[in-house]
Amino acid sequence: MPTFVYMTRCDGCGECVDICPSDIMHIDKSLRRAYNIEPNMCWECYSCVKACPHQAIDVRGYADFAPLGHSVRVIRDEEKGTIAWRIKFRNGKKEMDLLAPITTKPWGSATPKLADAPAPSKEMRDSELLFNEPKYIRMDEGGLHTLESNGLTLKKGVYY
Amino acid sequence: MFTSNPFASLTEVISPEMMQGYIVLMVLLVMGGTILDMIHKKSAKYFFENAKKAQKSAKRSVSGGEKASIAVSVLVNEVLTSGEFSNPRRRLSHLLTMYGFIIFAVTTVMMIFGYTAPDAVTPAILPKLWHVGALMLALGGYWFWFFIRVDVSAEGLPCFRFERADLFIVSLLATSTFALIWSFTGGGLGIPFALFILSTTVLFGGVYWSKFAHMFFKPAAAHQKKITRADGSRENLPPDYDLTDPEVHRKFPDVPMYMGKNPPNMGLCIKAERPNHY
Repeated sequence: MPTFVYMTRCDGCGECVDICPSDIMHIDKSLRRAYNIEPNMCWECYSCVKACPHQAIDVRGYADFAPLGHSVRVIRDEEKGTIAWRIKFRNGKKEMDLLAPITTKPWGSATPKLADAPAPSKEMRDSELLFNEPKYIRMDEGGLHTLESNGLTLKKGVYY
Repeated sequence: MFTSNPFASLTEVISPEMMQGYIVLMVLLVMGGTILDMIHKKSAKYFFENAKKAQKSAKRSVSGGEKASIAVSVLVNEVLTSGEFSNPRRRLSHLLTMYGFIIFAVTTVMMIFGYTAPDAVTPAILPKLWHVGALMLALGGYWFWFFIRVDVSAEGLPCFRFERADLFIVSLLATSTFALIWSFTGGGLGIPFALFILSTTVLFGGVYWSKFAHMFFKPAAAHQKKITRADGSRENLPPDYDLTDPEVHRKFPDVPMYMGKNPPNMGLCIKAERPNHY
């Protein structure tokens, strides 16, 4: 679902131009408002949708499953630490509201302090393992976690 | 220089009636340009259709008193203090240019219509305000043009690149700059005066092609946006959830499970600083 800009809501601040990883959000030459120059190349990462301070950017569903008339809108609230979506069906009646956490701790409070970590020993440097690897893949607690070690089995077929 | 009416010295070569006629012509050009702009872009039609569509998804009706209080808040926040800008530098630059332009335009009209007669004595405050207005306009405008303009700050384009979207700001800057140069060089006829008149004619005559008319549309758009917040339609945006509300906890159990029942303010995250990668 590529993005598009409501020109009447956009104030040309450039947040979407700064954040777009595909570099396809640009500024219109006659109105100085943002627009998606190439929707086909949109990664659909929604970075611009979430970064826009005026909620001027929406996503347009592909016509085969979301014909014109539907609406997908989002508010990413950094201070609350949540992201809220509202999906409105094309009949204008059915709506879906979604709310999910995007952080559980204040931003920047859980950044690993790698500078304070002790320097690796020679043995660690010569090892094939990367920094913190035994700890992070939990080999130090008795080997890798697998379905078998957790008493689980893989079921056959497609299931949900 | 700062206390003398620059238009009074012009009356020896240009009659006051002609100057007043020019002002009236500029007002007519602005009105005509705005109407043509509305007809061409169908902005008024789109605006009212959109308002009607928003009303259909309204959760409650907004009373007349509420609408009036919204109009007052639009006047205070959006019109008088440019509160719609989330970037404080842009807001300040806009306030400088807006108030500079208003002071400059109003004092120009007052001096031309009230104090160009041969025996008229211009109050010293008017020329002072005229110069202050032009300086504020130039200060805010050049700040915007060289540093804040999105083409420079986000697109990374050179600040001297000119395109149609710049017609308004360039003609504004040219008007204030040539007005000041004209006044500092003693007024009267000459190249600075010709450039001053040329830039004002482009500014007011180019409304159809420039962004001049935004000052008439923006308050209406801001009012409509606030109405949609008040009537619950919110332009189809999700509600503004209170994360401590038990009803929100019941509907979205992930929130209390991962964030607790009373989550703290998480801070500004990516909004803490402007991207600076050029």
